[in-house]
Amino acid sequence: MSVNKEKYGKYVEKTAKKSPILKNCVKAFLIGGLICVIGQALMQLYLYLDISKETSKALVSVTLIFITALLTGLGIFDDIAKHAGAGTLVPITGFANSVVSPALDNKSEGFVMGLGAKIFIIAGPVILYGTAASVLYGVIYYICKLFM
Amino acid sequence: MTDVILQYVYAFAVGGAFCVIAQILIDKTKLTPARILVAYVVSGVVLGGIGVYKYIADFAGAGASVPLTGFGYALSEGVKAAIDEKGAIGILTGGLTATSAGIAASMVFALLAALIFKSKNK
Repeated sequence: MSVNKEKYGKYVEKTAKKSPILKNCVKAFLIGGLICVIGQALMQLYLYLDISKETSKALVSVTLIFITALLTGLGIFDDIAKHAGAGTLVPITGFANSVVSPALDNKSEGFVMGLGAKIFIIAGPVILYGTAASVLYGVIYYICKLFM
Repeated sequence: MTDVILQYVYAFAVGGAFCVIAQILIDKTKLTPARILVAYVVSGVVLGGIGVYKYIADFAGAGASVPLTGFGYALSEGVKAAIDEKGAIGILTGGLTATSAGIAASMVFALLAALIFKSKNK
C-alpha cells in the first residue's frame, strides 16, 4: 500500500509537472499568436490609409506599445501576462511592459533616480545587446562590402 | 480574399511559435524573462544578418515583426540600409534610427502612464 502511495505520488508529481508546460505552451501560442494577428490587422489598416510600408511598420509597434502602456497602467496587463507567460513577453508588448512597469513601480523613489534610472532595468540590456550586435553586424557587412 | 486570410493565419502561427519556444525555455531552463528578451533581440540581429529572417518576415508579416526577434531584425536591416546609403557612419546610426519610434514611444508612454496611474504592486 505504501509503495502504491509512493508510486502514485511520483505519478502525480510527474503529470503535474508535465501538464503545466503543455498548458503554458498552448496559452502562450494562442495569446502570442493573437497579438500578432492584431499587429497584422493594424498593419493592413495603416496601409489601407495610404501610409508607407516603413511608417506603417513603426506605427504598428507604437500602437501596440500604447495599448500595453494603457493596460499596464490600469493593472490589466499583469492579469493577462500571468496566463499568457511568453505569449505577452515575446511580442513587442513584453518589451513595452518591461519599460512601463518599472516606471510605475519606482515613481515613489523619485523622478530621476527612481523612475528615470529604473525605467530601463530590463529594456536597457535588450537595447544594449541588440545595438551592440547590430554594430558588430554592421562592421562585418561594411568590411564584406569593401572587398566585394 | 483568401490571400488576406492566409496572411492572418501565417501571422498567428509564426508569432505563436516564437512564443512557444520562449515558453519552453522559461519552463525547462532557468532563463529569466529578461534574458529571453535579450536572447530574442540578439537572435533577430543574427538571423537578419545572415539573411534568414527576411524570408520569415515576408512569409509571416506581423508574425515576424511583432515578436522581439523582429526588433533585432529591424536593427540589422537599419544598419545595412544606413551603410548602403551613408557608408561607415551607418554602422553606428542605422540600428537605433530604425528602431527609434518603438524606443521613444516606450519611454514617453511609460512616463505618461507613471504620471497618470498609480502602481498596484506597492
